Order: sequence, then C-alpha cells, then structure tokens
Amino acid sequence: MTARLEAVTGRYAHLELEGRPHRLYFEEAGEGIPLLCLHTAGSDGRQFRAVLNDPAITRHYRVVAFDMPWHGKSSPPAGWEKEDYRLGTHAYTGLVMTVARELGLARPVVMGCSIGGRIVLNLALEHARALRALVGLQSAAYVERYYESAWLNHAEVHGGQACGGIAYGLTSPLSPEEHRWETVWHYMQGGPGIFTGDLHFYQVDGDLRGRIGAIDTGVCPLYLLTGEYDYSASPRDTEAAAARIRGAKVTVMKGLGHFPMSEHPEAFLGYLRPVLDEIRAATR
Amino acid sequence: MIRDADWAPGSALERLPELVNADEGVVRWGRHMNETFMVEVGDEQYLLTVRAGRIESVAKGPFVMRSWRFAIRAERECWAKFWEKVPAPGWHDLFALLRRGDVAFEGDQRVLMAYLLYVKLVLAAPRRLAP
Repeated sequence: MTARLEAVTGRYAHLELEGRPHRLYFEEAGEGIPLLCLHTAGSDGRQFRAVLNDPAITRHYRVVAFDMPWHGKSSPPAGWEKEDYRLGTHAYTGLVMTVARELGLARPVVMGCSIGGRIVLNLALEHARALRALVGLQSAAYVERYYESAWLNHAEVHGGQACGGIAYGLTSPLSPEEHRWETVWHYMQGGPGIFTGDLHFYQVDGDLRGRIGAIDTGVCPLYLLTGEYDYSASPRDTEAAAARIRGAKVTVMKGLGHFPMSEHPEAFLGYLRPVLDEIRAATR
Repeated sequence: MIRDADWAPGSALERLPELVNADEGVVRWGRHMNETFMVEVGDEQYLLTVRAGRIESVAKGPFVMRSWRFAIRAERECWAKFWEKVPAPGWHDLFALLRRGDVAFEGDQRVLMAYLLYVKLVLAAPRRLAP
C-alpha cells in the first residue's frame, strides 16, 4: 500500500436518543484526555479534520468528532420521511451528554462551534461538574434572525447551493481558498431542511441570554475563541456573552471567520494548542 | 479606502461583464440564471442582465417603468467598503451587510436565494479592481 493514511479512524455507534435508536458516525484519533468536538449547523464532523490530524494535540488528547443525527454519515432515525427535523436545546444537550457517556469519554473537554459554541454555554450551566473544560468557538448567547432560513429548504431553490452560498460568506476572505471551499462543500452536502432545522436552535429556541450569568467557571473553565470575520456570531456577540460570565476567557482570532477549524486549520491550531495545553496543565 | 478617481463604486459595476464573463469559476454557478436584477449604489441605479451566467448588459439609470426580479440596495459608502481589496470584518459579504442593516433586498427573494452564491461572487468581483 502506497497511499498516505491518516491516523484518524471512523466507526459507527448504535445508541438511543430521545427514546429512538440511532446509528451515529464518529471519527477519533489520539490518546489521553477526551476532547469531544461539535460541528456547526448544517455541516458534519469533517470540519475537525485538522484537529484530528494534529500530533501536538493527539499526543495528549483523545479527539472525537461525531456527525449529529441527520448530518454527515449519521443516519436520521427510522420514520424520518414523515417528519421535519428541528433541533432544540434540550435534545441537543442530551445528545452531547449521551454520546460522551456511550463512547466512554470520562469528564471530557467539549469544544463546539457556532450551534456547538452555543450548546457549550448550556453545558456549562447544566453539566459543569461532568466536564473538564469547555471551548466555545464562535459562541454567542443568542443571534437574532437576520435572514429567512426557510429559503434553504424550498422546492424551487437548490438547497445545497443556497446553504453553500450562506456558508461561503461566513468564511473569511483571508482564509485559504482550498479550505474555504471544502467548508462550503460540506454545507452543499447537507440533507434537505437540516441546516434550517439546526438554525431553529440557533435563532429561536436556544436563547441563553437570561441564563448565562449563572455559569460557574470555577467548576468548569470556559474558553471562548471567535474569528474576527464572523458576522453571525461576531467578536462583539462573544464579548457580550463573556461580559455576563465571570472567568470566561475570550480570544479574538485574527483573520478567521465562522468556521475557524475548517476554513483555516493552520491558523486555528495556533490558537487552540495553547488553550489545550492550559487545560491539560490545570487539570493534571 | 478607494482613492482612485476612476474607481467610483458605480463604475465598478459597469465593468462586471469583463470581470465575470471570462471567469468560468464564477459563470458556472449562474449557468441556469436568466434574469435582470437591480443594484442601487446610493441613488444610482444599475440593471444587470444575466444570460446563462454571463453578464449580458449593465445599464445605468435612472429608469422609468423597468422590470427586475430582485433589487439589492445599499449606500455608496457601504459599497465602497464592500469593494475594498480586502474588506474589513463585517463588510466582506452581502449577508454581513444584511446583518448590519446596511443592505436591503427587495423583490423576488426566491430567485435571489436560488442564485445566492453566484450573486455573491458577481458582486464581489469589483474587488479585483480595487487599488
């Protein structure tokens, strides 16, 4: 065999979510502290390909990135053809904690981006003691609706191209073209209505503004890293959230957009490695 | 900042045919588009007619009783920032302008959304002319 193989392995897990059986795809690499990665709305775990392939991280961390149900290579539950997909705060929180438990990730670090960066705030509120640390990428306590997401799931609009059009603009003009367009490709592959269903959590159900003041970073450290070119969860939105959370550590990532780990892996790793080193040193 | 006197925001739109039509990487995203849409730069109006992904014509107003499928309206200063070679954060994408409240979309939103990626790439093309 002459092909260069990555150290990343992909497997399927069978588990129950909200009382229904699911077949869930996840990738992992490395050994050590569990680091569970949550992808953005309408995309999948491939966004974390560079984190999974970074020896400086996998030397100390067991990195796990799963595709949410209905996303990537995870199947929707049986009967999906009779229902609309719609993500809510309770189900999303349960999903993350169930995956961590069922995959045997003891007191993991959870890192999520966008909707993942939002749910990290809810995990800090509800499950701080079960988690080693939290890393929110592009975190905001709430983002008001500024466009009509129903157009992304419409018979006379190509969903893949429209979702790609949204994602393209959320990348930074300074990120490498190759990785910007790979990020767009993931969005173009989303199932019909899935991005829209995730945005229900992002723009409607998941308003955490009134609650985040109760987060105790003394129990579970919270790091918030936001790309400066993100206009959906902008640095200003992250800083507004952090202003209500005592001890939250904010980093604005120069030149990066809404998908830092996917659109500019190298620059993102430069920001992530010191955070993971700090978490490792503090929780040794 | 745009300093070149020849590079007023509106005149950049008039050069879209040469910027877009030779770029297959942009044309392919609009290959099913056959529409006329309006772009307003302050009080200047431009009608862009697209045929199979190529900019067939750019007409400068003012217009009387002309039809268009959708319109994209923003102030002159807004477009100037949007068309900088490397636009600043928050000025780099049509939807970034939308969240700021600095751009308005009117008309048939369905058509705009169907060709969103193409329209974004077309309207970003003048950045290649920026000093």
